Amino acid sequence: MTLAVKQTPSASAAALAVLTAGHRRKGVIAIATLVAICLLLMLLSLGAGAFAIAPGRVADILLAKLGFGSADLLGSREALVVLNIRMPRLLLGALVGAALAISGALMQGLFRNPLADPGLVGVSAGAGLAAAATIVLGDRLLSGFAMKLPFAVLPFGAFFGGLVSTLALYLIATRQGRTSVATMLLAGVALGALAGSLTGLLAFISDDRQLRDLTFWSLGSLGGASWTKLSVVAPIVLPLLFAVPLLARGLNALMLGEAEAYHLGIPVQRIKALSILLVALAVGASVAAAGVIGFVGIVVPHLIRLSIGPDHRLLLPLSAIGGAALLVGADIIARLVVVPAELPIGIVTAFVGAPFFLWLLLRRGRIAEL
Amino acid sequence: MAAILEADDLSFSVRGSTLVRRASLALEEGATTIVVGPNGAGKSTLLKLLTGELSPLQGAVRMDGAALPQIPAWELACRRAVMVQNQRLAFPFSVYEVARLGLEGVGRAQSRARKGEIIAQALETAGVIGLAGRQYQTLSGGEQQRVQFARALCQLEAGRSVAQRQILFLDEPIASLDLCHQLSLLDAARSIAAQGAAVLVVLHDLNLAVTYADRLVVMHEGAIVAQGEPSAILDDNLLRGVFRVSLSFSRLPPAGQPFLLPQQHLTPIQPGGVVPLRAASA
Repeated sequence: MTLAVKQTPSASAAALAVLTAGHRRKGVIAIATLVAICLLLMLLSLGAGAFAIAPGRVADILLAKLGFGSADLLGSREALVVLNIRMPRLLLGALVGAALAISGALMQGLFRNPLADPGLVGVSAGAGLAAAATIVLGDRLLSGFAMKLPFAVLPFGAFFGGLVSTLALYLIATRQGRTSVATMLLAGVALGALAGSLTGLLAFISDDRQLRDLTFWSLGSLGGASWTKLSVVAPIVLPLLFAVPLLARGLNALMLGEAEAYHLGIPVQRIKALSILLVALAVGASVAAAGVIGFVGIVVPHLIRLSIGPDHRLLLPLSAIGGAALLVGADIIARLVVVPAELPIGIVTAFVGAPFFLWLLLRRGRIAEL
Repeated sequence: MAAILEADDLSFSVRGSTLVRRASLALEEGATTIVVGPNGAGKSTLLKLLTGELSPLQGAVRMDGAALPQIPAWELACRRAVMVQNQRLAFPFSVYEVARLGLEGVGRAQSRARKGEIIAQALETAGVIGLAGRQYQTLSGGEQQRVQFARALCQLEAGRSVAQRQILFLDEPIASLDLCHQLSLLDAARSIAAQGAAVLVVLHDLNLAVTYADRLVVMHEGAIVAQGEPSAILDDNLLRGVFRVSLSFSRLPPAGQPFLLPQQHLTPIQPGGVVPLRAASA
C-alpha cells in the first residue's frame, strides 16, 4: 500500500488505464464467446431430436430458406421439421431463456442479493396461477358463448399474476426504503405456496383437457411452440431486452444502497418501478408461453458475475445471451434423453439448477447474510 | 463568505421520539463545519435532513435560495456529494468500479478519458490507487472507507462542470482509519473547502474537530447546543454536560488552540434524561 502511494501519479494512472482496458477486453471476449456458444447450440438444436438431422444439412436448409442454394430442399420433410417445428421452438426457448435470466439479474440488483429469482420468490408461481385461472375459468366463462379462449389472452393474464406477486413481495419485504432479504425469501415462499395451492384448487375443478394443460404449466415445456405463440410472446419480450440497458447505471448505483443511489443522482423510485414492471412482463410472457421454468434466473447471472464481475452494463446483456443459450441447451437434453418422447424442460433446468443453488448456499461463508 | 446551504429551524421525529429539534445552521463557501456530539445526539439525522435524504417535519433547507425538494435529484447530485457511514456493497465490485459509481449519476456527459482522469485523481487523493484492481469486499474497513471517500470525490469533481458552488458531506469518514489516513483524509477535505466548496463533517474526535473546524457544531439530544469558532465555544462546562466526561482542558501555544485530554467518564445519561445545559448560542 505504502509503495502504491509513493508511485508517481502518472505511473499509477497508466497502471489504471491498463487495468480498465483489460476489463473492457474481458467483456468483449465474454460477449463473443457466449454468442458463439449460443449460435452453436441453436444449430445443434435444429438438428437434434427423435428425427435427427445432421448440422450440415440444417445449415443447407437455412441457407436455402434465405435464398442461397437449391429451393427444392425446402419441400423436403427435413425442411418442414426444421422450419415449422424446431425453429419456432428454438426461438421461443431463446426468448424465454433471455427473459428469465434478465428477470433474475434485475431482481438480484433490485433486492441487492444474489439469491433473488422470479422462480424462487413466487413471482413465477403467481404468473402460473394467473395463467391456470385463465385456462380453467376463462374456458368456463366463454363456453356459454361457444368461443375458444385465444392464446393471446394468456400472456396478459400471466403478466398480471406476475405483477401482483412482485408488487406484493416488494411491499411486504420493504420497510422505510430498506429491503429485508430474509423477509423477502420467506414471503416469497409463502406467496409461492399460496399460488401453488390455488393452482391445485383449479386443477381439482378442471376437466381432463385442462388438467393436461395445467401440468404443462407447472413443469414447464417448450413443446407447444408455434409461430403463432412466438408472434404473441416476441413483441412483449423483445422490447424488454432493449429497455434493460437504461437500468444498468441505476442498478449499479443501487448496489451501495437506496439512500446512496439517491445521493448519486439516480431516480431510485423510477428505477425500482421500471424493474418490477419489466420482471412482471418478462416472467408473465415466459410463463404463458412455456410454463414455470425455474433456476435460469439464478444460475445465469451468477455465473456471469463470477466470470466478468457484477457491472450491470455487461451483466444484463450477457445474462440475456447466456439465458438463451442455457434454455436452448436444456431443450436439446429434454428432447434427447427419453427419445422418442421428451421431458418437460422445467425438469432439466431444475435438475441442473437445484444442485447449483445448493452449492451457492454452501459457498457463502456467512449464513447470517441470508 | 456566502452561505451555500441554509437550514432553518429543522425538526424531525420518528414514532414520537424527536431525533432533531429546531436546528438551524448555515454552510459557507470555503468553510469546514464539523458536527460533534455523543451517540444518538442526532448528528446523522441532521446530515440526512441537510442532504435531502429525509424531509424535515418542520423547517426548511435551502441551497442557494432554492428549497431542497424543488431541486431535481440529478442537479442536487451535481451540487453535493455524500459519504455515509454505510460501507456495505451488495456485489463484488472492484475498487475502481466502486469509485466509478460516483459518476453513474452525474458523470453521464463526461468522455471516457475524462472519467478515467477523474477516477484516477480521486483514488490518488484517497490513497487507494494501488488497490484499484482489488475486490472491494476483500479490503479492510479502513480501506473500504477510503474507497468510499474516493467515490464521493469522483462525484464532486464530475459535478463541478455543472455546479460551481458545491458541498461535501462526510458522516464519520475516519471512524476506521489509522492516524496517518485520518489526517490525510481531513486534509483532503479541507483542501476541497479551500477550493471554494462547503464541507460538513461528522466527527467523534474532539481534538481533530478543533484542529480542522472553521466552525464547530455541538449537538445534544437532537438540538444544536453550541456552534461557532471552536476555541470560542468549547469550555469545560459544555463538554461535561454534553459528553459526560471530565477533561483536562488546555490551550496549546502559540495560537491558543484548545487541547482536550479526557480524564474520567461521568455517569452516562439515559436517552431522555435531563442534564443541565447552557442555552444554545447561535
